[in-house]
Amino acid sequence: MSPHGNPEVPASSATEINRDAQKVSPAVVSTSSTNDRPVVEPVETHDRGAWGLWEVFVRSSRGLSHVHAGSLHAPDAAMALRNARDLYTRRNEGVSIWVVPAEAIAASDPDAKGSFFESPQGKDYRHATYYTKSEGVKHL
Amino acid sequence: MAAQNLQSVPAELSPEEEAEAQAHFDRVMAEDSRIEPKDWMPAAYRKTLLRQISQHAHSEIIGMQPEANWISRAPSLKRKAILMAKVQDEAGHGLYLYSAAETLGQTRDKMMDDLIAGKARYSSIFNYPALTWADMGAIGWLVDGAAICNQVPLCRASYGPYGRAMVRICKEESFHQRQGFEILLELSNGTPEQKQMAQDAVNRWYAPALMMFGPPDDDSPNSKQSMAWNIKRFSNDELRSRFVGMMVEQVRVLGLTLPDDQVRFNEDTRKWEHGPLDWHEFQEVLAGRGPCNAQRLERRRAAHDDGAWVREAAAAYAAKQSKKTKEYAA
Amino acid sequence: MSTPGTNTDATETTGHGDISTGVAGSGDSNASATRITPGNALRPEDIALEVRTGLAEPTEDVAEYALRLGDDALILAQRLGHWISRAPELEEDVALGNIALDQLGHARSFLSYAGGAWDKTEDDLAYFRREHEFRSVQLFEQPNGDFAVTIARQFIVSYYQFELYRRLTESKDATLAAIAAKAVKEVDYHRDHSAQWILRLAGGTEESRTRMIHGLRLMWPYVNELFQDDDLTNRLAEAGAAVAPSTLREDFDRLTGDVLKEAELEVPDVPAAPGGGRFGKHSEHLGYILAEMQVLAREYPGAKW
Repeated sequence: MSPHGNPEVPASSATEINRDAQKVSPAVVSTSSTNDRPVVEPVETHDRGAWGLWEVFVRSSRGLSHVHAGSLHAPDAAMALRNARDLYTRRNEGVSIWVVPAEAIAASDPDAKGSFFESPQGKDYRHATYYTKSEGVKHL
Repeated sequence: MAAQNLQSVPAELSPEEEAEAQAHFDRVMAEDSRIEPKDWMPAAYRKTLLRQISQHAHSEIIGMQPEANWISRAPSLKRKAILMAKVQDEAGHGLYLYSAAETLGQTRDKMMDDLIAGKARYSSIFNYPALTWADMGAIGWLVDGAAICNQVPLCRASYGPYGRAMVRICKEESFHQRQGFEILLELSNGTPEQKQMAQDAVNRWYAPALMMFGPPDDDSPNSKQSMAWNIKRFSNDELRSRFVGMMVEQVRVLGLTLPDDQVRFNEDTRKWEHGPLDWHEFQEVLAGRGPCNAQRLERRRAAHDDGAWVREAAAAYAAKQSKKTKEYAA
Repeated sequence: MSTPGTNTDATETTGHGDISTGVAGSGDSNASATRITPGNALRPEDIALEVRTGLAEPTEDVAEYALRLGDDALILAQRLGHWISRAPELEEDVALGNIALDQLGHARSFLSYAGGAWDKTEDDLAYFRREHEFRSVQLFEQPNGDFAVTIARQFIVSYYQFELYRRLTESKDATLAAIAAKAVKEVDYHRDHSAQWILRLAGGTEESRTRMIHGLRLMWPYVNELFQDDDLTNRLAEAGAAVAPSTLREDFDRLTGDVLKEAELEVPDVPAAPGGGRFGKHSEHLGYILAEMQVLAREYPGAKW
């Protein structure tokens, strides 16, 4: 399934379609198959009929990061990916999608904003602009 | 610092902590910065936003119906495709907005239940019937036009997820109004009967569209607070007047007229003025006594109820698969 | 301080005719998840233009064949469009809407091309032919039923269309090949969508399984008709412009069989309907579909929309 693939190459045969939700066990699921993401336990589904909340990240083109696009509801990872494709890439917004169960995301505490993000403040020497004496020297 | 997940309920704060949090919130408002889901926010701010965003989402979802009504009868295949894409977009917009509302701690299920139970409001304009094909034009041009007028300033709403949803929606909706305008233009340049159909639709949708901006400012008690919170950027009357000005220009291009002989530009106030609106009718429709209220809710309820077994099946399947995976791993 | 990217002052003062420019620079413009483009693919309008300018002109046989495929897709799009605002969950409104739009796109391309042989537009063909002049097979006009019935129909249709379009990409008729090349990728996704739902409905609850089995039994009588050869397809197959429908059957049976097996379902053992849609013999349903689809266009013959 490569909606943005090379038009010269015929679409995949059915056997290549990943129909199996169970094979996608990590809670972070991707349309591509890289392994550079944390593996989180699958999240149990909840009440009868209520679909879980998933956060969607879209890579707009190759070479760029995935960016948070929004969320949606889906019963499982396989459907979450497909719903994300239908909902968040109707206008060519992406070439790759990640979906993550909302519950699996750990977030920093906004109330700790001051202390948590204080340390880098004032450490100008981490930035090139701090070093003024070398200004005008070529290739530096 | 404890790690939190996105759904963590805000902890109870001591009076001192709360004062500090309030000060932070006030500073954010003063700087015209953004509040994000996990930030502390006054309960009334949360409640107002939740009400506004969920009503907005409901409006998108109920608003699909008058137009979906014409998908099967669209008079050309091109128009059929456009209309289908537009109605489908509205489902998408509803979803973006429900997403934003969910970050305030309300589940979509609950919001949907409230809608179906008739406890939640949505834009009263969708309780009017779409009677002719020209209504697809008038809805796009006037109703979406008014909606966009409202929504563009909302891209800067102080609540981050709402603003971001609006950015996405405004981008996508830029085609909605244009396709409506084009439908009317084609009709207006068509046979006399077609032109009459277009004029009739504009006549019926004009006043309800103006009322989409909400009651007049002196009768809109919540507006002031919403403006102080940087949710609302312009008053109802201000936006309405601006909208009338745009319509005056555009209706000329259409070769049609607005059903309002009191539209004029006031040189003193530098604002557009329009004739009186029937606010009694507005309140009636809002209170459930409009032409299509019962029909719209029934249709949504039917879709929701008829879909229950499907949602349950998918959830049950997911639970079984997840269990299998665990057993396999063990 | 204002949040970068959400400042839309410019648009507010200039009306909202140019919202797209007002928000185009939103967020991290490099990594934006809202950057939208129309993409670059074969559109029905391109086909219509080629036909108008004489760049593409189908033979009578090819036109007749394109009409069949166009009618199939059109009738299905009309059926699927009904789900928008009625699906089991909002996400599925969007999903079925996408599939309907894909099918409608294929219909427009095929009909535009077919019309080239008779100096007719897609709309002439869609709106001003009568029931017995439609060439769609009967499966496509079957009612939506509940979601399981729709999924059963989608399952059969998408696996059939995939095998068909996959082969048509090698048609000696360049336009048929081009339309098929665009369509096959979209239909590949439709296949995935229906297979996902077959698995879930069959393996979900007792109720969903019962409904899924029922849906398949309702639709399966119309499978045979998809694979019937006739003089036209024989001639076209011979000429390398199309493929004999019967040659698709084996792959169809194998691949649908794999999915059904995984879902622990049987291939329905039901008698086949005689079909006849390719020659204008339809079930009772098509008349209603056309009555609704054509009513407005016929009320104003010659009007532009």
